[in-house]
Amino acid sequence: MRKSIDQINERIRDGNARVVTAEEMPDIVADLGVNGALKEVDVVTTGTFGAMCSSGAFFNFGHAEPPIRMERIWLNDVEAYGGLAAVDAYIGATQQSTTREDQYGGAHVMEDLVAGKAVELRAISRGTDCYPRRTISTDLLLENLNQAIMCNPRNAYQRYNAAVNTTDRTLHTYMGTLLPNSGNITYSGSGLLNPISNDPKFRLIGSGVPIFLCGAPGMVVGEGTQHSPAGGFGTLMVTGDMTRMSQEFLRAATMFGYGVTLYVGLGIPLPVIDRDVVRATAIRNEDITVEILDYGIPSRNRPAMRNVTYAELRSGTVNLNGEEIRTSSLSSFRKARLIAETLKDWVRQGKMELSLPTRAINHLKQVRPLYETVKGPRVLDIMDRQVVSIGEGEEIKTAAQTLLKGETNHLPVINREGILVGIVTTFDVSKAVANPGKASLVRDIMKTKVITTTPDEAVDIAVRKLEQHNISALPVVDAHHHVVAMLTAIDLGKLLGGRWLK
Amino acid sequence: MKLLVNFSRGKGRKPIIAQVVRDTGVLINVERAVIDSSEGEALIDVPDDQCRLVSDTMTKLGARVRILEHGVTLNESECVDCGACISICPREVFSFNTDFKLQLVEERCVLCGKCMEACPHNALTLPL
Repeated sequence: MRKSIDQINERIRDGNARVVTAEEMPDIVADLGVNGALKEVDVVTTGTFGAMCSSGAFFNFGHAEPPIRMERIWLNDVEAYGGLAAVDAYIGATQQSTTREDQYGGAHVMEDLVAGKAVELRAISRGTDCYPRRTISTDLLLENLNQAIMCNPRNAYQRYNAAVNTTDRTLHTYMGTLLPNSGNITYSGSGLLNPISNDPKFRLIGSGVPIFLCGAPGMVVGEGTQHSPAGGFGTLMVTGDMTRMSQEFLRAATMFGYGVTLYVGLGIPLPVIDRDVVRATAIRNEDITVEILDYGIPSRNRPAMRNVTYAELRSGTVNLNGEEIRTSSLSSFRKARLIAETLKDWVRQGKMELSLPTRAINHLKQVRPLYETVKGPRVLDIMDRQVVSIGEGEEIKTAAQTLLKGETNHLPVINREGILVGIVTTFDVSKAVANPGKASLVRDIMKTKVITTTPDEAVDIAVRKLEQHNISALPVVDAHHHVVAMLTAIDLGKLLGGRWLK
Repeated sequence: MKLLVNFSRGKGRKPIIAQVVRDTGVLINVERAVIDSSEGEALIDVPDDQCRLVSDTMTKLGARVRILEHGVTLNESECVDCGACISICPREVFSFNTDFKLQLVEERCVLCGKCMEACPHNALTLPL
């Protein structure tokens, strides 16, 4: 048996369509079987509400008198991209205010407009023969704009990896606050309610398909940026009329220590046309697996700690290496449900008819990393290979002499095998000399917790280590923990005016 | 009841909390304290009916005492029920009810402020 999209739309128009949410569907399929569910259910609604950084809106402001070609544009001090004709602009959700930094950004401008608040437009221009005006400043309401079209390059991630932090300091990431020593796990996504998880082959979701976007009817444009459905990480580019959106489903947010983002509410009604749709929409949280990644590793390839299902994540705790770790969602399951329910009402009341994609989305695509032709500087490019070190059994006086002779402020301390076991600085040695006490050997005063780097490490990572630990030198070690060089704040000066800053 | 006690260690360096425990016999639970060379701040928990006694005795000994009627407060119109605060809180103040709506057990709050930072929606505030 099959149902055509026309049959389903006819039922919607007649008010006879049976519409259920993706949360209700698994039990219906379990009860009625695949054929029974296909006969019974016409539409399955989905929903998700979470941080979607890759969002924004196009505005057309209308022409001023005398007219201006706006080249640089600010809305409440948040810069909008003005490289589009004269009075068009695109505001991105994560763009931060020039005055209020991470407390206000593009996302807040969008929320303020949707909430009916006035937003100050400022723009400057060089002035041309046809557009003589050079500056403009005016307060605008959403209703004063000719168009406010939300267009989000990447929304509705099919699922998202969970995050943990194995380092010994708190991290502030786009996955929220991650407590040290695997103190918590954060995750995002509505699991069984997620639109793409209910249509992983993109048989129903594609260009032109109607959606719920932030409370307004919208549409799928096509595949989203970074779309990677081959690995289960499909995304969508979507659009909708901002003038009809509601603050309830569009919220600006700030991830502490990371920056501004926009919480977007998005739902897609899926027509139940055949058995494959029934099977796909019967998915449960137990069936959707993600990896828990260690965000303590500042690399594109973060190590996975284990696999976990949305059911486990949502239960509140996850077992990691024998310990129950508490979880926090960053997206709102309650709002996701509300979106699926609202969409259900829309379809039931005949406010939204369904359609199949006018152009299909590739479901086998795999995202690629950046193709880098110029590698950024690595530690080996600037490190100082002249290492002055000292044995742990040497006297403090010897350390003082070595520091003077070596004209350095940092002495890596090595044991008999030449392995790095500590570090002493001019400060440590001066302190020991100024307050003569029991300590007489280097090992008595050295710091044993040494922060190190490797020759292959990116300089930017090494610089963050210096900043985070408030230190000015890092021993550069090889795989056997032998000190092969030092990287000091002075070496970083080599980057200035060098070949890395062309 | 929770009390926020500020004391200056300028003169005398009196062991105020210890002395109050001895004088009043009330068992004080110190939930959070920041004490450095010149001043200190402690959040203490005492039984409701002895709150006034502890507060007055401490004030007499030179401390500034504020009785805190509330823990962290949630602005429901800003909260989207994401739950970012749940795993951050050391005292398990936050949880979801069966409808995935955020709920608080305010009495557990020790006003550490960790949740304020972690809330993406600025929905949590401390009464300080």
